[in-house]
Amino acid sequence: MERTALLRRLTWQTGTVIATTFETPRVRTITFAVPDWHGHRAGQHLDVRLTAPDGYQTQRSYSIASGPEDDHLSITVERLDDGEVSSYLVDELRAGDELEFRGPIGGHFVWENATGGPLFLVAGGSGLVPLRSMLRHHRATSSQVPVRVLCSARSLELLIYRQELMELAASPLVDVSITLTREAPEDWAGYRGRIDSMLLSEAGWPISAEPLTYVCGPTAFVETAAAGLVSMGHDPGRIRTERFGGTGM
Amino acid sequence: MAVTRGFLGRRPSDSSRVPPGQYVTRDFPVLSAGPTPSTRLDDWDFTLRGSVESPVSWSWAEFQALPREKFTVDIHCVTKWTKLDMPWSGVSLDTLLSAVPTPASHALAFSDGGYTTNIPLADLRGGKAWIVDEYDGRPLDPEHGGPARLLVPHLYFWKSAKWIRGLNLLTEDQPGFWERYGYHNYGDPWKEQRYYGD
Ligand SMILES: Cc1cc2nc3c(=O)[nH]c(=O)nc-3n(C[C@H](O)[C@H](O)[C@H](O)COP(=O)(O)OP(=O)(O)OC[C@H]3O[C@@H](n4cnc5c(N)ncnc54)[C@H](O)[C@@H]3O)c2cc1C
Repeated sequence: MERTALLRRLTWQTGTVIATTFETPRVRTITFAVPDWHGHRAGQHLDVRLTAPDGYQTQRSYSIASGPEDDHLSITVERLDDGEVSSYLVDELRAGDELEFRGPIGGHFVWENATGGPLFLVAGGSGLVPLRSMLRHHRATSSQVPVRVLCSARSLELLIYRQELMELAASPLVDVSITLTREAPEDWAGYRGRIDSMLLSEAGWPISAEPLTYVCGPTAFVETAAAGLVSMGHDPGRIRTERFGGTGM
Repeated sequence: MAVTRGFLGRRPSDSSRVPPGQYVTRDFPVLSAGPTPSTRLDDWDFTLRGSVESPVSWSWAEFQALPREKFTVDIHCVTKWTKLDMPWSGVSLDTLLSAVPTPASHALAFSDGGYTTNIPLADLRGGKAWIVDEYDGRPLDPEHGGPARLLVPHLYFWKSAKWIRGLNLLTEDQPGFWERYGYHNYGDPWKEQRYYGD
């Protein structure tokens, strides 16, 4: 393991918010400029720290949404109804504000061109965030690794990065499947309902292809998807997971 | 200290029990790097090996016959949640370690699925660590590390290896899975030892 490359002291830095974009009414991408950034690997995350006027501080982790080759760093945050940090980041933060963070963090849930494939990327809701960084890296490096993506969203309107996914799917190397769990347009030709073994085998790779799988999303989603793949016979050693928390879907 | 414009925040109700940077959750969240392994109890054993004259193993039945302790502790996860008053039951590591004399100074816990984590032996002795197989009066769920996990409540929760199968007793420290990926080697939540260099 490249221990020296991975182990670097992480200090708090301040970024300046340069843009915020709503992906859906509850999900916002925040892009910030950072004076001194050493780059990241697709799939890594940041820790964000908020400080109240009386000195009270709290921290949360957010996956890096931008690709390693992008000009600016961004995160995509889903607002939870009683969420202390996500409601601040989605409702209150605006361009020009300063945001304290440190990173990049994590060395397991990462994909680089050299990591190989074929790739199966499985996302529940905002779990698409680190996978989007991998997809951007895939595109920016003209990777020849074939990729299948399976996204689960409540409805088409609530699917983040919709436009970008459609553009990525234009590549012959990238296959995107979408399942809608609550509501689908009448003429919807994609999948419906929650992920199960049937859907994972249709949208994913056969076991003989020995895919490298990344599953990300709310805890319950990740448990279902990873357990489903293992029970189908996929090698647990080639399934990497990132659980965002929460118990529901 | 840079104040975040427009942020007021929620305060923990009992800050003396919540380490810096943590928030209190009512859920029992899950953190693991891969899928949840499933080990049949017939195939399970717990082994102390490494710097010992000969390794010692307990089958599931033998482990069940050991003296048990019930206790309630607070747990702090590096992903920022703290959960207060968690009721566990299991076997003290003092009980297990008394079965083998060892010159070791450190332990590398190993688990089904290939996970490892390192802990100084002193942190596993003196009533500070257990192998637990029950949470809240029921068998430990697989996603929370069942059938049995290490529990070292005074360190960040990644040190409490899920799906534990044994300890490799070492005379020299050796980093485990997350420690090699840049997490802190020791992981004291009260000193916020989250990452390398903290
Ligand atoms: C490695 C990592 C990467 C992450 N990346 C992202 C990301 O890219 N985008 C993103 O939006 N979030 C991400 N998260 C989740 C994020 O860190 C916060 O947990 C989330 O924003 C909620 O924080 P909060 O302060 O708003 O809610 P809190 O005030 O902490 O909690 C409010 C309520 O929501 C519950 N809850 C907490 N987290 C979740 C969750 N994820 N889903 C459902 N319920 C929850 C709590 O138990 C509580 O009841 C990531 C988490 C980890 C560990």
